[in-house]
Amino acid sequence: MRSNAYTLFFTAMVTVVLGFLLSVAATTLKEQQELNESIDIQKNILRALEYEEDLENPWTVDAVQKLFTGSIRGIVINQDGLEVEGMIPEEISDENSDRYLPVFLKIANGTIEGYAVPISGKGLWSTLYGYLAIQPDGNTVKGITFYKHGETPGLGGEVDKKWFTDNFKGKSLFGPEGKLVSVAVVRGLVDESSDAAAHQVDGISGATMTGKGLTNFLLDDLKKYEPFLMRIMAGESF
Amino acid sequence: MALMDSKSRSVIQDPLMNNNPITLQVLGICSALAVTVKMDTALVMSAAVVFVLTMSNTILSLLRAFIPSRVRIIIMLSVIASLVILTDQILRAYMYDMSKQLSVFVGLIITNCIVMGRAEAFATQNPPGKAFLDGLGNALGYGLILVGVSAFREILGSGTLLGFSVIPGWLYGLGYENNGLMVLSPGAFIILGLIIWIQRSVGKIEES
Repeated sequence: MRSNAYTLFFTAMVTVVLGFLLSVAATTLKEQQELNESIDIQKNILRALEYEEDLENPWTVDAVQKLFTGSIRGIVINQDGLEVEGMIPEEISDENSDRYLPVFLKIANGTIEGYAVPISGKGLWSTLYGYLAIQPDGNTVKGITFYKHGETPGLGGEVDKKWFTDNFKGKSLFGPEGKLVSVAVVRGLVDESSDAAAHQVDGISGATMTGKGLTNFLLDDLKKYEPFLMRIMAGESF
Repeated sequence: MALMDSKSRSVIQDPLMNNNPITLQVLGICSALAVTVKMDTALVMSAAVVFVLTMSNTILSLLRAFIPSRVRIIIMLSVIASLVILTDQILRAYMYDMSKQLSVFVGLIITNCIVMGRAEAFATQNPPGKAFLDGLGNALGYGLILVGVSAFREILGSGTLLGFSVIPGWLYGLGYENNGLMVLSPGAFIILGLIIWIQRSVGKIEES
């Protein structure tokens, strides 16, 4: 049996050495990891706004950055849907996120081709994070993406698959009277003959709860952007 | 093979087939279910385990004369946990998409019974060279099953292998469908169970 002093000394040494090695690794790799995360978010904003990666132009880090800075403009709006001059989306933090909201504008040849807004909320097991893109009319859905979730692969996990997200394209957020209705995920298939079909997408079988969660947080998030979208529909430009 | 004597060879060969950690000892099942939906995740996971297990076995074997036996489990766990965190950090920096797909399962290598088991049963009682081979053998044995299970699951469940389509289009035209069960965990249980059954029947292995 070793002495207590030796045991303590040995344990302390192991802890110090391992702790030192890990902190060196964490610090040296941090920059690269943060770059990966921001590139991933940029990729999702681009995807929501109908940019697609193809085999000739794979989305390398440089390509994504170039595309993003070249054609996406990030602005900040307040609760009244007015642009806050001189602020960029990166300045929104946990403290002021109740007052300021980010919007990403797709700009091609000087005209606005779409708006992307972040969406997030609870599914069944996890919080889903993604972007919803809206056409320049402020009403029609242009695309939707999810970049982070922990739903069951094959069931709720299908939310990030093309077959599901493509169903959102062309759906309307506002009803005929100009009231915000949002888009709901239904159980099973959408009844195309009903009046509500423009506000509904097919559900994922076996993932009713993920669909319900998505329906709820989509409406909640869009409520925050309602004044902004109303202004676009009224013809104001940004 | 002149490179190794017969004892060293059996140290690395046994865990590949006759004493495979997954199919014979039924260890490491959790990750074997979770990361075998697609083959690419199974390959990266296997590589991560190869790294962690060979390194932890070698390091703990080198330290074996100095580790006070009263705190040996804590020391083993610290070394293993550090190696796993290091692996996770490297994946996050250089294989971001892959690390997103593997999510918590890289971190869970810490609790993989194979790693702790080899440290306690082999590395702390054998010289570093042998401990290295033992770690390599067990990790490869684990990887072999992972890649095997993932091949079945990806082909039957998604109709692809490493992302490339392998089921011809005309088969789908005839009404063939991908098997949704294979994408879920029960699919892995069934495949794994079949592998264990076949291996035990062929190898005439009886429960002692």
